[in-house]
Amino acid sequence: MTFTKTFISCCIILVASIYSSRSQDIPGNPTVHGNFQIDAQTYHTDDALGITDSTLQGKEFRMNGYGDIKFSMWRFNAGLRYEAYLPPLAGFEPQYQGQGIPYWFVEYADDKFQVTAGHFYEQFGMGMILRSYQQWDLGYDNSINGLRVKYSPVDGLSFKGLIGVQRYYWEPFENDNRGIVRGFDGEMVFNDIIKSMNESKTRFILGGSFVSKYEKMQSKTLLSDTTVYEYQLPENVASAAGRLTISHGGFNFYTEYVHKFNNPSAFNNYIYKDGEALLASLSYSQKGLGAYLAFKRIDNMSYKSKMTELGNVLDINFIPPLTKQFVYSLENVYPYATQLNGETAIQGQLVYTIPKGSKLGGKYGTKLEVNYSLVHGLDKEPIENGIPVDSTGTLGYKAPWFSFGDLYYQSIAATMEKKIGKKMKLNLEYVYIDYNIEVIEGHPEEPMVHANEFNIDFTYKFTSTKSLRAEYEQLLTKEDDGDWAMLLLEYNIAPKWFFSVMDQFNYGNPDKDMQLHYYTVAAAFVQGPHRISLSYGRQREGLLCVGGICRQVPASNGFTLNISTSF
Amino acid sequence: MKKITILIASLALCSMLYAQEGIFGRTIPSVDIKTLTGEKFNTTGIDNQGKPIVISFFALWCKPCLRELTAISEVYPDWQEETGVKLVAVSIDDARSMANVAPTVNGNGWEYEFYCDPNGDFKRAMGVNLIPHIFILDGKKNVVYQHTSYAEGGENELYEIIKKVAAGEELPKE
Repeated sequence: MTFTKTFISCCIILVASIYSSRSQDIPGNPTVHGNFQIDAQTYHTDDALGITDSTLQGKEFRMNGYGDIKFSMWRFNAGLRYEAYLPPLAGFEPQYQGQGIPYWFVEYADDKFQVTAGHFYEQFGMGMILRSYQQWDLGYDNSINGLRVKYSPVDGLSFKGLIGVQRYYWEPFENDNRGIVRGFDGEMVFNDIIKSMNESKTRFILGGSFVSKYEKMQSKTLLSDTTVYEYQLPENVASAAGRLTISHGGFNFYTEYVHKFNNPSAFNNYIYKDGEALLASLSYSQKGLGAYLAFKRIDNMSYKSKMTELGNVLDINFIPPLTKQFVYSLENVYPYATQLNGETAIQGQLVYTIPKGSKLGGKYGTKLEVNYSLVHGLDKEPIENGIPVDSTGTLGYKAPWFSFGDLYYQSIAATMEKKIGKKMKLNLEYVYIDYNIEVIEGHPEEPMVHANEFNIDFTYKFTSTKSLRAEYEQLLTKEDDGDWAMLLLEYNIAPKWFFSVMDQFNYGNPDKDMQLHYYTVAAAFVQGPHRISLSYGRQREGLLCVGGICRQVPASNGFTLNISTSF
Repeated sequence: MKKITILIASLALCSMLYAQEGIFGRTIPSVDIKTLTGEKFNTTGIDNQGKPIVISFFALWCKPCLRELTAISEVYPDWQEETGVKLVAVSIDDARSMANVAPTVNGNGWEYEFYCDPNGDFKRAMGVNLIPHIFILDGKKNVVYQHTSYAEGGENELYEIIKKVAAGEELPKE
């Protein structure tokens, strides 16, 4: 518990220093803020879903909860987060079971300088070289515990440096059970630094990062296919990145390149190939029109602070998936997740609002959106005849830049949004998805899923606060679990009450016994920042994805209670 | 547990010294976020020359957030004319969709002031759990009201509060 001691000592010094300087005129009052959340669920047996007393193992009630408290005064900030998983909700890593304070920090910041001791979250560029962040809903937290300094000597120039170890569930850092992460990042806005460019309409931002991991190797031997190999495993794994932003009027261009030096790990089957990633995006927009085009190629980019780790923890970097993030339920039956060992992706999107008053736009205007995403694997060739691709201890493979491998994912989505009179709103969406279930979900020998999806989302306003929203969704596919239909009715009394009933029906499941209804009844009450919701029903098995990562949620049946508040 | 008690006690002690100012009073914390063109922007720079400010946390993947921003956009010119209010919309989209924020919000024709908070630094500093989450700030940039979730018509209640804030009236205690 030394971390708590350190934190408390820091706080006492802080309190003392503030107290001693109380007579001076300190700008800003001390403030305390925080937020709390409790997510609890009961788990009932359900013969149709195969949930029995033995699969529940007595864990009929589970709860995740946290409390986050922040204290600020003058140039100081301090905070901590208490978390409890008693036991963790189904689908969360069981290693989270327990409770404690995994996150605390003290921080000093003025206009030019900021130093943080304790835990912090950080991102360099788009995060492809380094990103620590937290996603409560997914049970993801790779915060760095150590020191971070940010320094901005003049406008347009900023530097960051950090060193620390990442969160590993509740494991304390001891006996070299994970590596140490060190990083440096610099960024320069040309227009602010170079006087002659001050007034230029074209703005340039250049950035660069260097990150390195040090992990003590316990043994130089690796066991693979029952043969013992002896290798020189690198204890230091470095990576470097450069990025550039150019903007001009409605145009914005961004590109970032990352090179990672040899990093044999469990994730890449201990190959010595260097990794690389390139991301480029171009967008143009003006009022009523937006266009976006992006390209990404990654090769061998898993980068963790523990060589043997395979789980959703200890990631040093974050590779964003380049596919549309869908908002409707059945569209998310087949969500994409980045394949870190290699993929090439493109995405394009067009948003256009037909102006109000025009023939097609009507009185309120009509919004149209089209999105296309495509992801292929790399075309991996053996490095030499006779050495299979991805062989442990070798350089792995050769992957030509302009040659694509298997199709991993493709989607086409078209959306229309229209307000009809003062009382009605209509959203229509059509989506087509190709989903390589074998690669994305690791189901060997399963055929590619081709799915068509339609949504109708209709809102009717009875009064200025009372409204009914109806959502009908249909997913049609011959593969995997077959066809689905969904109906949702939501009655809202703004701004406080929400009531809904929903049924997802897997009527096309090839297994007749699995042609089930997944129904939910829910109510929520909101008062300012306080929200409490209760629901009862069945949840389908599936991937829950937020941002770039996903969590496999098992099917369940029971009550769910969520309470969240912030002050 | 004892240590945590000491810690909370010391924080409380320190806070009590200044309690007369109200330790739960809040203004905008100083956090570096990004403009839509990727330039660093410090949140203390959010300003509306003494008039009310609405800060709305949203993301492109959050349907209720987009519904709320759409609904407000229809009445926003009236709101601005009558109260001088400014809406600052902060996207918490990460690297996956951050580059798509500018074309999407402009394509929607929204005329708010937009920023990106791709690693959730501002979100954490403001104690936001769930989005949409709205803060209303008075002319001195003190947070006077906050609300999470959006239901059709919710913008009407917001506007009632904005009008009171613009007129310098006390808000009723919830």
